[in-house]
Amino acid sequence: MPAVNTASLPDIVFMLLFFFMVTTVMRETELKIKPPKLPEATEVKKLEKKNLVSFVYVGKSIDGKIKGDVIQLNDKISTVKDIRSFILAKRAEVSQSDINKLTTSIKADITTEVGTIYDIKSELREINALKINYSTVQVAKK
Amino acid sequence: MAKRAVPEINAGSMADIAFLLLIFFLVTTTMDIDSGISRKLPEKQDPNVEPPILKEKNVFVVNLNRNGDILVENETFMKVNELKDAAIEFLDNGGGTDKDGNKCDYCKGKKSIKSSDHPKKAIISIESARGTKYGTYIAVQNELVAAYNVLRERSSNELYGITFDELLKRAKDENNSVAKAADLKIKVKRIKEMFPMIISEAEPVKFN
Repeated sequence: MPAVNTASLPDIVFMLLFFFMVTTVMRETELKIKPPKLPEATEVKKLEKKNLVSFVYVGKSIDGKIKGDVIQLNDKISTVKDIRSFILAKRAEVSQSDINKLTTSIKADITTEVGTIYDIKSELREINALKINYSTVQVAKK
Repeated sequence: MAKRAVPEINAGSMADIAFLLLIFFLVTTTMDIDSGISRKLPEKQDPNVEPPILKEKNVFVVNLNRNGDILVENETFMKVNELKDAAIEFLDNGGGTDKDGNKCDYCKGKKSIKSSDHPKKAIISIESARGTKYGTYIAVQNELVAAYNVLRERSSNELYGITFDELLKRAKDENNSVAKAADLKIKVKRIKEMFPMIISEAEPVKFN
């Protein structure tokens, strides 16, 4: 049996490589809290235009030193009061016409208390950042 | 000077290098698409403005406590999966008229005088304790959104013969001509206005 010609193997591999390089999204923020277990939902919408989304992570602290729910913005553990400057900083980054398209995505663990989420929401209302998205895992409709 | 032959670079290991990079990207790639329940928060209210007075029958009250119990209309305990049908029944009731005096001609509910007057007047109110688990809260939100989606789906099928999802998808298509885009926008708006999503949330109370 003649040996299979493998000369084009690098080409194929390069093609795959480029595909993955282009599609890869590197995780920009490193989680400082326990990775939140997102709730499940059926009626979900996809978040479009990632650059117009600010993420608020809510969960438990890794070492359990801080009691209750912990909020993470960008790379820092923060408090509810920091959300204001976080959103305003995001607003400064985007163009004027996109400001009302800015969405805040809340990635919260299923064990988070609703009170914490409410505090975040009232803070967002204060600065008129009204579009929010409760991040969920999509499951099939029953 | 004698012409020096440029030695050819051995490309035999190229494949190995490429493979190595490939595996690196394969491992680091996360293909998660962010999705979730979208919601618009109400605008900040002027504390001096009196909230409008609502008829009790036009409000569908859902109470959540920290144990994950769901109390509907202050009288019946429900499971999460029963909530959708209860909400549909409430929204689709159409027992009276909207604020302009029009009857709801697209409602297929019981027309009970004890339930909501008109989908445009019907309000769903969620009251929860601070200690309620976020998972329960989202499950309830999801069911309520599902109720609206079922009704919008029905209207869309009746009026335009296509599902609401399909309608939204077509409206978002950027290849549409100007006239078609405007037409689709009106259609989407009409369906949304037939069953406006009015979900109000009270400030969580701090009882046990």
